[in-house]
Amino acid sequence: MWSTGATVAIALAYVALLFFIAWRGDRQAAAGRNPLASPWIYALSLAVYCTAWTFYGSVGRAATDGYGFLPIYLGPTLACALGWVVYRKILRIAKIERLTSIADFLASRFGKSAFLGAVVAVVAVVGTVPYIALQLKAVATSFQLLLARDGPSALSYEQLSLSAAAVLALFAILFGTRSVDLTEQHAGLVLAIAFESLVKLVAFLAVGLFVVFGLYEGFGDLFARAAADPALAAMLSRQGASEGAWAWMTFLSLLAFWFLPRQFQVGIVENVDERHLSTSAWLLPLYLLVINVFVLPIALAGRMSPATAGASGDTFVLLLPLSADRAELAVLVFLGGLSAATSMVIVESLAISNMVANDLVLPVLLQRSGSVGGDFRQPLLISRRLAIVAVLLLGHLYAISAGVGASLISIGLVSFAAVAQLAPATLGGLYWAGATRRGALAGLIGGFAVWAYTLPLPSLVATGRLPASFLSEGPLGLSWLRPHALFGLDGLDPLSHSLTWSLLVNVVAFVGVSSLAAPGPVEERQARRFVDVFRYRGEVEVPVWSADAPVASLRALLSRFLGEERTERALQAWADEQGVDLDHMGQAHPELIAFAERLLAGTTGAASARVALASVAQEKTLDVGEVVELLDETSRVIAASRELAEKSQELETASAELRRVNEQLRELDRLKDDFLSTMAHELRTPLTAIRAFAEILHDNPELDTEKRSEFLRVIAKENERLSRLIHDLLDLARLEGKEERMVAEPVDLAEVVADGVAALDQLAASRGVEIEVTAPMGLPPVAGDRDRLIQVVINLVSNAVRFCPAATGHVAVSVQRRRGELLLGVEDNGPGVPPTEREAIFEKFRQIARPVSGRQAGTGLGLAITRRIVARHGGRIWVEDAAEGGALFLVSLPTRAADAPQPIPLLLGA
Amino acid sequence: MIPDRLRSARLVALFLLGALGFNAPPLAGVSLPGTVLGLPLPYVYLFTVWALLILAIALAVRPKRGE
Repeated sequence: MWSTGATVAIALAYVALLFFIAWRGDRQAAAGRNPLASPWIYALSLAVYCTAWTFYGSVGRAATDGYGFLPIYLGPTLACALGWVVYRKILRIAKIERLTSIADFLASRFGKSAFLGAVVAVVAVVGTVPYIALQLKAVATSFQLLLARDGPSALSYEQLSLSAAAVLALFAILFGTRSVDLTEQHAGLVLAIAFESLVKLVAFLAVGLFVVFGLYEGFGDLFARAAADPALAAMLSRQGASEGAWAWMTFLSLLAFWFLPRQFQVGIVENVDERHLSTSAWLLPLYLLVINVFVLPIALAGRMSPATAGASGDTFVLLLPLSADRAELAVLVFLGGLSAATSMVIVESLAISNMVANDLVLPVLLQRSGSVGGDFRQPLLISRRLAIVAVLLLGHLYAISAGVGASLISIGLVSFAAVAQLAPATLGGLYWAGATRRGALAGLIGGFAVWAYTLPLPSLVATGRLPASFLSEGPLGLSWLRPHALFGLDGLDPLSHSLTWSLLVNVVAFVGVSSLAAPGPVEERQARRFVDVFRYRGEVEVPVWSADAPVASLRALLSRFLGEERTERALQAWADEQGVDLDHMGQAHPELIAFAERLLAGTTGAASARVALASVAQEKTLDVGEVVELLDETSRVIAASRELAEKSQELETASAELRRVNEQLRELDRLKDDFLSTMAHELRTPLTAIRAFAEILHDNPELDTEKRSEFLRVIAKENERLSRLIHDLLDLARLEGKEERMVAEPVDLAEVVADGVAALDQLAASRGVEIEVTAPMGLPPVAGDRDRLIQVVINLVSNAVRFCPAATGHVAVSVQRRRGELLLGVEDNGPGVPPTEREAIFEKFRQIARPVSGRQAGTGLGLAITRRIVARHGGRIWVEDAAEGGALFLVSLPTRAADAPQPIPLLLGA
Repeated sequence: MIPDRLRSARLVALFLLGALGFNAPPLAGVSLPGTVLGLPLPYVYLFTVWALLILAIALAVRPKRGE
């Protein structure tokens, strides 16, 4: 089918494609188009969680255990639900403190303890090597399966495993260890991982579709045939499934999803934007769901197919297409498995190498080199590269020895259980300020010891290196020490048993030892920075360094780890931000030293950064009391400054409000002045006329009677105008003043209209204007003052009559009902009101110049009074174009009359 | 800050609901030989609860305006 050469060529071509994608990704990031800025890439890279275990092992598990593979993916789904709450906190802290691994995280939280970091690194290495071995085993096995059909393979299992390890080590070194600064993201590497996540998904879906719709006629057919087999039927209905083991696996995988070194690498270190969590929270679980839909069907098909009889379930994914002679599909499956395995190995070895180099190798280097020494960059990079090679070599050795017999999932679960030992200290350290370094160490070491005794150790029995009696009767015949039934806890599966004991010991030791003694000064400080990260955003800073380090020696120290150029850039950025001049600073500020420490931590880890800085700066010997005091002080200062900011914000708002009110008052004042001068002018005009005519009459007694009576008529008319003006002014003053209270009684608007129009009959007849009234029967009453409303009608109708052309004038008065209000309309066929004047005509003394023949002068106050009356009734008045080109005045009045019959004060607002 | 706190509360509630839905009491209850549309009962139950949980998470975490 495929020659060895062709298969190797395909695998190599795929790996070359990965190198190309990673190279492109790095190039893009360098050009300012960082592929990591996409939340989709972030979510896909988190799918590095799905390894060869998922790709091959899930089906293997399902073939013997039905649904047993599923909790491994339900746990991460639950973890994603909590991601925004818990994981975001870890992310925030890691970014502020520049943390680069789970070992670094724990070391930093518990007083920058180098020892704790080293212990975590050891746990991670021991827990991860079998897991890496699992991947190498899967690659080698799938390779052999692909070739086995054409006789014995030219390549042995050992050769395949070793070459896979070598190629992956090369990839991890090339794309993962270029920069000495670990907080820098590996854009290319992560892009390649995201691509691999797509490949494994597509490959698995392809084989799933082929099995369900190619080998069978859909899901129904497959499940129906499986149900015919009693063993499979029992499996499908979860008969006899252990709910306890199920719950433990769910919980375990939740913890693994957060704390596995590679998940920390892609989820925390490679994250560029906190908001990506809100996309990955649903996208990643969706990915997991989709990739799991076909697991059970493939497993059932494998169990039922004669071609795979006797084969391990782990191989079904590859054997089913092979046995159906679907070579191209088999190769796709092989590539999918290769993606799953390689992505895990690359990221995991990178994460582990960082821990090994920073937490195991560097402390020794620092101790050896003393306070003076050369450039640390090369030794650091070299130790990381060597660590990658070493971890992969260990994985390879494990894969060709002990691990071969066990199924993929059982190896993986042992690793998960080891990593779960990191959970109590991490979660506790995140929320409990009282957790101490000693407590974390006790819990971690205790839990890890129990794990080692109950899970990996018994597997030595299977390989014959320990006698079987070790399991059945316990070491030295001590039955209460049996590794699978510790202290008589019998009847659990080994994994649940181990987790119960190890996590119990872990948590009890962690909490118990933590409560024995209070945390030390540095621990106390770090505890606050971690636990209260959302409250203070890393602002809680206790000066732990005294200011006796010369800037020059600080600069020299940083250059040894970061190189001169990078050091200069970082220091300059800090100085610019703080507004200080570094060249004129002889002794470094404590803040500068703290900044240098964090800067260094991104490369060396928190613990080593502290050690390195101690060689140039003096650490203050504060006792816990002083640290707590300082912390409280800073917290108070921060709280006070926040309060101050709030207060000044309030003051600003208040003063803006005052300014606005002042502005308004000035405007009112100006309006009043205008009003007074206009009023004086309006009053003077008739007065002047009266005086002038009176003087004429007085000075010319010889005037004839006709003239006299004409002048007297003018005087009387002007006098009448004057009194009308004064009456209107008083009326307006009453309406604007607060003293006038209107009676609110139910008023029939139709009646009001009839009365108002009747009063104007005379005027209309004298001008030959026709008034038409339309008011339907049975209108609801409005609440108001009857006399005032009649005044409104008279004002509007008399205005209309005055502005109509004489003889052909037509005024239409109507009352209509509209939702919750009555609408009074007064329409004329006069010249209308231009749109620009529609608001102004309601102001005092605003009359628009309209050519009206025989116009009877108004006072200019009628509409102003009308508007105030309407406003006091809770209504509105406005003007529109009438149908015949004249003006249409509309008044709306609410009809809530009956509800409030008692007199209420209808006051005009200020 | 209140919408943020509300979001956290919702997500914690979803976590608890999911933890319950994926585990013993309801899960043991559907561990029966029956089928739904030809698919085994536990299979349908697990994947349905799973899909609903993902949908609920997506609704709960979606960014507020201006974020």
